Amino acid sequence: MTVNEAIGLLGLETLNLSDGDRPIEGGYTGDLLSWVMGRAQSGDAWVTIMTNINVVAVAQLTDVACVIIAEGAEIGGDVIARAASQGINLLRGGKTAWEMISALSDKI
Amino acid sequence: MSEDTVRFHFDVDGENFTSAGEASVQVKKLLRQLGIAPDVIRRVGIAMYEGEINMVIHANGGDADVLVDNDKITIILADTGPGIANIELAMQEGYSTAPDKIRSLGFGAGMGLPNMKRYTDDMKIESEVGKGTTVTMVVNIA
Ligand SMILES: Nc1ncnc2c1ncn2[C@@H]1O[C@H](COP(=O)(O)OP(=O)(O)OP(=O)(O)O)[C@@H](O)[C@H]1O
Ligand SMILES: [Mg+2]
Repeated sequence: MTVNEAIGLLGLETLNLSDGDRPIEGGYTGDLLSWVMGRAQSGDAWVTIMTNINVVAVAQLTDVACVIIAEGAEIGGDVIARAASQGINLLRGGKTAWEMISALSDKI
Repeated sequence: MSEDTVRFHFDVDGENFTSAGEASVQVKKLLRQLGIAPDVIRRVGIAMYEGEINMVIHANGGDADVLVDNDKITIILADTGPGIANIELAMQEGYSTAPDKIRSLGFGAGMGLPNMKRYTDDMKIESEVGKGTTVTMVVNIA
């Protein structure tokens, strides 16, 4: 499934969409950044409630397909701007990480 | 270092926590321009990011050098911070001295050094308490 399809499936808010056609090949959820660095795979949807600016660099370096902020967590405009300048797909929804990952895993 | 080594240098700012990781993101872009394979770039980027963040969090910044040769990429991170008293302990998964303020940003899982080891083909830590730490990592280009 593509990032665009995930947006539709989960009813996500698009904070920044640089490549909606990028395929999602798997998923990872976690908020501790060096766990994510060590475990997330290229092409994953990364679901997290962590929203500070460092999330953008982690997404960039792990090469995840998109970052999905769960539970409607607050996010700063500076973080959204950084995601846009780095070409990171940044999405947000009200569901929990569990609900998001289980809905995605049915389709991947 | 051979004649056609490409070298990048970055000053890693220890004060500016919000831009932490900038050098690693920059290196990723430069390596892409050099036509390096994506999986090699990914390993270099992750290992360098963890080391760069460690310099920011634990050592108030430092110097980052990346040397690109035909057969390998070498990352040298040098700081004049507090040093690491027990390197074996620091290398263990879960060991961290990160303060609460830093943990609230998602750091401090004690996974950075293990990640650096895992994603590189060679890693060497030289450290002296009160003087600083130099981490040298090599990723081979297959
Ligand atoms: N450059 C450094 N200077 C001084 N101490 C360091 C340095 N790098 C690492 N350390 C010490 O080694 C410990 C383990 O480092 P490691 O990167 O594995 O975990 P962390 O930085 O605490 O957390 P994480 O990387 O998971 O966010 C640190 O908590 C710190 O005590
Ligand atoms: Mg670390």
